[in-house]
Amino acid sequence: MTSLVELMDYDEVVEKYDPVLGLEVHVELHTNTKMFCGCANEFGGEPNTHTCPTCLGLPGSLPVVNAKAVESAIRIGLALNCEIAEWCRFARKNYFYPDMPKNFQTSQYDEPIAFNGWLDVTLDDGEVIRVEIERAHMEEDTGKSLHVGGATGRIHGAEHSLLDYNRAGVPLIEIVTKMIPGTGRRAPEVARAYVTALRDLLKALDVSDVRMDQGSLRCDANVSLSPKATGALGTRTETKNVNSLRSVERAVRFEMTRQAAVLESGGEVVQETRHFDESSGSTSPGRKKETAEDYRYFPEPDLVPIAPSREWVEELRGTLPELPWERRARIQKDWNLTDEVLRDLVNAGALDLIIATVEAGAKPDEARPWWVSYLAQQANTRGVELSALPITPADVARVIELVNTGALTNKLAREAVNGVLEGEGTPDEVVEKRGLKVVSDDSALEKAVDEALAAQPDVAQKIRDGKVQAAGAIVGAVMKATKGQADAARVREIVLARCS
Amino acid sequence: MTNDLIHATAAELAAKIHSGEVTSVEVTQAHLDRIAETDGKVNAFLHVDTQGALAQARRVDEAVKAGEQVSPLAGVPLALKDVMTTEGVPTTVGSKILEGWLPPYDATVTRKLKEAGVVILGKTNMDEFAMGSSTENSAYGPTHNPWDLDRIPGGSGGGSSAALAALQAPLAIGTDTGGSIRQPGAVTGTVGVKPTYGGVSRYGLVAFSSSLDQAGPCARTVLDAALLHEVIAGYDHMDSTSINAPVPPVVAAAREGLSGDLSGLRIGVVTQFSGEGYQQGVLRSFEAAVSQLKELGAEIADVSCPSFDYALPAYYLIAPSECSSNLARFDAMRYGLRVGDDGTRSTEEVMSLTREAGFGPEVKRRIMIGTYALSSGYYDAYYGSAQKVRTLITQDFAKAFENFDVLISPTTPTTAFKIGERANDPMAMYKADLCTIPANLAGTPAMSVPSGLSDEDGLPVGLQIMAPALQDHRMYRVAAAYEAARGAFGGPSL
Repeated sequence: MTSLVELMDYDEVVEKYDPVLGLEVHVELHTNTKMFCGCANEFGGEPNTHTCPTCLGLPGSLPVVNAKAVESAIRIGLALNCEIAEWCRFARKNYFYPDMPKNFQTSQYDEPIAFNGWLDVTLDDGEVIRVEIERAHMEEDTGKSLHVGGATGRIHGAEHSLLDYNRAGVPLIEIVTKMIPGTGRRAPEVARAYVTALRDLLKALDVSDVRMDQGSLRCDANVSLSPKATGALGTRTETKNVNSLRSVERAVRFEMTRQAAVLESGGEVVQETRHFDESSGSTSPGRKKETAEDYRYFPEPDLVPIAPSREWVEELRGTLPELPWERRARIQKDWNLTDEVLRDLVNAGALDLIIATVEAGAKPDEARPWWVSYLAQQANTRGVELSALPITPADVARVIELVNTGALTNKLAREAVNGVLEGEGTPDEVVEKRGLKVVSDDSALEKAVDEALAAQPDVAQKIRDGKVQAAGAIVGAVMKATKGQADAARVREIVLARCS
Repeated sequence: MTNDLIHATAAELAAKIHSGEVTSVEVTQAHLDRIAETDGKVNAFLHVDTQGALAQARRVDEAVKAGEQVSPLAGVPLALKDVMTTEGVPTTVGSKILEGWLPPYDATVTRKLKEAGVVILGKTNMDEFAMGSSTENSAYGPTHNPWDLDRIPGGSGGGSSAALAALQAPLAIGTDTGGSIRQPGAVTGTVGVKPTYGGVSRYGLVAFSSSLDQAGPCARTVLDAALLHEVIAGYDHMDSTSINAPVPPVVAAAREGLSGDLSGLRIGVVTQFSGEGYQQGVLRSFEAAVSQLKELGAEIADVSCPSFDYALPAYYLIAPSECSSNLARFDAMRYGLRVGDDGTRSTEEVMSLTREAGFGPEVKRRIMIGTYALSSGYYDAYYGSAQKVRTLITQDFAKAFENFDVLISPTTPTTAFKIGERANDPMAMYKADLCTIPANLAGTPAMSVPSGLSDEDGLPVGLQIMAPALQDHRMYRVAAAYEAARGAFGGPSL
């Protein structure tokens, strides 16, 4: 499939065209119940067990708005620097699809709850780009279709389809950016950085699980190319099924190179929905629509308008936690970090982990090396993100504490961490199970030192002659003999004492 | 004995059952017998729930026997319009598309009736999805007016009203989107009330037009309607449009009205509802009612509500628009009819074939009108303009109620027409709701109380009484006073 698509060299693309981005992010709120009924809002579950007449759209059923979802929507709007509507309504978006029980989606149309905001996005090199937010509105999720028997897993060509309505009616917030022009070569990176920043923000607000792999955060990327020669706006495509931060970047980049090739060959970009394929990194057209979609929006007559009082909005503003950028500024000042160090910590995904480790009792300078060096290596080896390592900041803080009290050497501390990563339990449990103990008994150490001196008489003589730096070889031998469980500084003292 | 039981009012039956003079089982059986005897001619019921009704009757009898306090209508039989869901009991909404569907839940109205010990005899016939004014649009054949079996019983709730007129039940539930309680009440000589919008929960009422639909009580007397009104009304957290306010004191108002004194009450006669298209017999009956209300002490004057002239076209944009969306869920995927699923057709084809086979012509007509009216580029001109008319109508009501306590008009321009007479003329059919639609658009309460028989054709005529929102009790007081002054006007012979 992919090989049939002509692509233009990326450098050439950005030389000839200005990409214009538009990003639509759907966030599933992790409220206890669904948007319009009392069913549990939980990921997964036996198919069709979290359902009731309302989320199944049975005849006669009616929706009732989840107040907690409205609260979350307002908090998201405030965190995105949006205006909060004084009065807004839900609207029905009408279209037929089997996984949508009512064949209309209860959404918001021209009266979103939040609008006109912005989010500052920091790129990898520290540059900050302000992304303007068009709107954030509330809606309900659809059910899920499982298409069986087709080659693509899509409805076309499937032998039959199974429907699971557990997800139907889960509260969604759709956050739509205004057009993002002028990002040039960095468009793919801007797209990823925006979704990352939004994810971190939503996580800080504690409104969603923000798991792209589980679909609780979903991104549709709109991309068009504007020829530099004319400056005319190009036709956009909307790419769906972008399920990771990396995919956001890849999908935008792919679309840029594909659209440019289409334009270069004299063709026209078709306005369409495209589907991103993770394995090939390419996009392919969605099902062709013969006619333009007309959703026949009209105000939802089963629900009353929502008119959040200004007092309530201000009360919710007061509940906003420290937001990611505020937190970064504070940490940079408190820990006296340079811009560069801070950026590296953020880019490595280590900052929040270090902060949490500090909150668990460690000092920043003790916590940082663990996360940016040893644990970063472990994450890299395992091919996972730092935050996905099976060790908590509290575990790391405990290991640091054990080192500080002299219970572990640095080497033993790494072994304790390895044990935690292997699933052997907490640091204390690993220390216990693996018998990780500093040999602090001087008589045992003296015996080991004497043995080492006896084994290397020429080195011993050099020390006695005053060549103190030669002591290192003896210390090394003792550490090896004690399997690292000795305190190297103490061993050195004993060596020097024995040779004086 | 049986004859007495089917002629009795709900209030009388309740008194007899609660005092132990008769059992609810006896009363229920008498009505089941009457249905068996007459429904072959009337076709008021789509489903008779003999077992369920008798079981409920026995429960009430046991409670009475045990000396328990029972609710005011406990043990009294009722006919439920087939638009209300009933757990495990067929609910078709008069459509083939829901044939065989057994709802897994009770509508709030159904639940309240059951909790009040009311005996639900079965589900009554209706125009498909409550779209119509004659019950001819039912997929299960028309209901016949007990006063003249060749004539329509009104619609959409013709089954409920015909059941009352045919003495098959002393109480019934209807729903009124543009007049579907009041117009059938008028042409069958029964009482029908559309409460304030939001006064009765819509949860479990299979939606036709969400912003207009309202369930209400139907009975043969004003007091019976009031008693039933208080059973079904009240705030329901399952319906966001339900009003969180005390239920208007309609029973007390009906009792007060029976004293026959309306001194000082200001009644406005809506001038828009007369003239061309109104049967002379209907107008004469209305004038007689006006005279009687004057005699009761009311002060009566004309009032003009000019925007009411635009109510019908506005209604026929709003209701179809909402229905085009509400009825989209009938797609063969989850319940009801499924046509063409032979393994060779796509989902879209099965949906399309099912809707083609499952919906009748009037439903299709309205889905098409509504789909068109909501479509991009036409929305403002149609749906948008209709909503503006709606605001104007609400303002006309508000102005009129500054000077009048209630407004009155004939309920419908004509008496019951012949079955088939307007079946191929939708505009003529739609005009049956000319006088009733404004109250739906404004969300205000309105009711129809019989004003006797037309001197032209001997068929029943209805007097419509309209009140401001949440003042439902005002119209009950007027209706009860008028009913007492009017006296009996006989009944159909079946």
